[in-house]
Amino acid sequence: MSKLSAAVLPTDATFKSGGNLERVLAAGRFAVTAELGPPRGCDAAAVRRKAQILRGWVDAANVTDNQAAVVHMGSIATGLLMISEGLEPIIQMTCRDRNRIAMQSDLLGAAAHGVHNLLCLSGDHQSMGDHPGAKNVHDIDSIQMVAMVRAMRDENRFQSGKEIPGGGPRLLIGAAENPFADPAAMRPYRLRKKAQAGADFIQTQLVYDVARFREFMKKVVDLGVHEKVSILAGVGPLKSPGMARHLRQNVPGMLVPESYDARLEAAVNGIDGRDKAERSYAWREEGKRICVELIQEIREIEGVAGVHIMAIEWEEAVPEIVKAAGLRQASQG
Amino acid sequence: MIVAEKKPLEAIARMLEGSGRVLAVGCGTCVTVCFSGGSKEVATLAASLRMKRSIEDRPLAVVEAMVQRQCEWEYLEPLAEQMKNVDAVLSLGCGVGVQTLAERFPTMRILPALNTLFMGLPSAQGVWEERCQGCGSCVLDKTGGICPVSRCAKQLFNGPCGGSQNGRCEVDEATPCAWHMIWERAEALGMSEDLMSIEPPKDWGTSRDGGMRRMVRNDLRLPEDQDKEGNE
Ligand code: SF4
Ligand code: SF4
Repeated sequence: MSKLSAAVLPTDATFKSGGNLERVLAAGRFAVTAELGPPRGCDAAAVRRKAQILRGWVDAANVTDNQAAVVHMGSIATGLLMISEGLEPIIQMTCRDRNRIAMQSDLLGAAAHGVHNLLCLSGDHQSMGDHPGAKNVHDIDSIQMVAMVRAMRDENRFQSGKEIPGGGPRLLIGAAENPFADPAAMRPYRLRKKAQAGADFIQTQLVYDVARFREFMKKVVDLGVHEKVSILAGVGPLKSPGMARHLRQNVPGMLVPESYDARLEAAVNGIDGRDKAERSYAWREEGKRICVELIQEIREIEGVAGVHIMAIEWEEAVPEIVKAAGLRQASQG
Repeated sequence: MIVAEKKPLEAIARMLEGSGRVLAVGCGTCVTVCFSGGSKEVATLAASLRMKRSIEDRPLAVVEAMVQRQCEWEYLEPLAEQMKNVDAVLSLGCGVGVQTLAERFPTMRILPALNTLFMGLPSAQGVWEERCQGCGSCVLDKTGGICPVSRCAKQLFNGPCGGSQNGRCEVDEATPCAWHMIWERAEALGMSEDLMSIEPPKDWGTSRDGGMRRMVRNDLRLPEDQDKEGNE
């Protein structure tokens, strides 16, 4: 950084994390994040490939922590590969696999390596994953994790209250919320709790039911929570009518209106049923169009500060969606 | 009550491979009420074992016995006599009963016939459910009498996870979401405000995580034992 720009830009000290995502949110720009799923093996090249696809199109990308309770490359290690590719990671960390000692120690290490963002999660239950006999931890819950990391950053204190020599990790703190889970009446208050605990940003579960999301956001805005925390709405392209059905039936807390199944079905009208590749292409094109429309609708909702695009194992879709939704014209990487 | 269920017959038979004569001891308290270790279950298990071994042409003698409470040494005294002619004792008590027997009779092989499951209650005819994990610092005052430690699969203290749907837990359709119940009860009692404040991390030192736990009531101890730590 030149002397001149150092003088005009806010210094790092005025930021909580010094990361890109924080700068975007602080500037009031509509934030765009995406998701990068680590590989199930040690393939660094796979991470680099995905990072290159996303780089420049998003402000930061989440890196999942043993998603669906299936063993994957660790989120921090994957995040370091992303940093080396020029993509800012949002490290996801669940309460399922680490106690407060392991969490804090890993966060010190992550910050030392230049990680700026953390997303605190309860985590999918191990019974859903590939090691159902594992013992879960749940020493603290996700809201307690948010509060712990906030105190580490802002008060230089460990959860024990002891001082962190040399200062705590400077992390932008995120949390998740599912606006469609039950008990519905408690959800906006739970979001407020996360804001009170110290969350800087929230990423929501996938939104397909915009009407329900709007209702939720109205309550959130009425409570003034959107002024304390930046809310990024989760969106994602559907790949097929089967995926829409699967999400609706098998993923707890996921509302997918049936009208989307119909739109996807219609997209393959006139295509020979045996031409699998052609059908899949048509579905995906329609899925991306639906996603773009969702972003445009959601963008208009008061209190929404950005979108979190989840294209699981389909990172290539993200730049196209970002462009089509008018969020970026070209890669800024 | 402590809820336990019988181990599979095969597993029990395997433990008794080398035995020719065993004493099967039931318990008249919790495991009688949950139909796993009462006198009837002792008789049934004894009969099954005898039959199995006689089919295999390796007869097993099973002596049946009951005690009122297997988890206190003094109730076990009458067993000393019956234990003289056996080479193993099969306990149909909970894990505490098995260990109480093992401590009282250090030279005897004591085997568990039950899997001890949890502390709970009968929730319907033939159904038992967990209600407490003995965490050592009860929070039921803050959660409307519904335990988030034993009834929430993620032991959350600040509200439901994102998987709670239609009042059910994401982990198991058959299980009600503890936090859904906590919320509904708080609303019904006009106390939902109480759930708005952040519950700080729990001190698990009072739970299993602190190692074997001990309760000492100095006022109840014998004069010569007062102000001593445990039993040593
Ligand atoms: S909070 Fe602890 S002591 Fe109270 S019921 Fe739950 S596990 Fe038992
Ligand atoms: S669904 Fe309810 S009971 Fe199940 S883990 Fe989530 S909060 Fe706990």
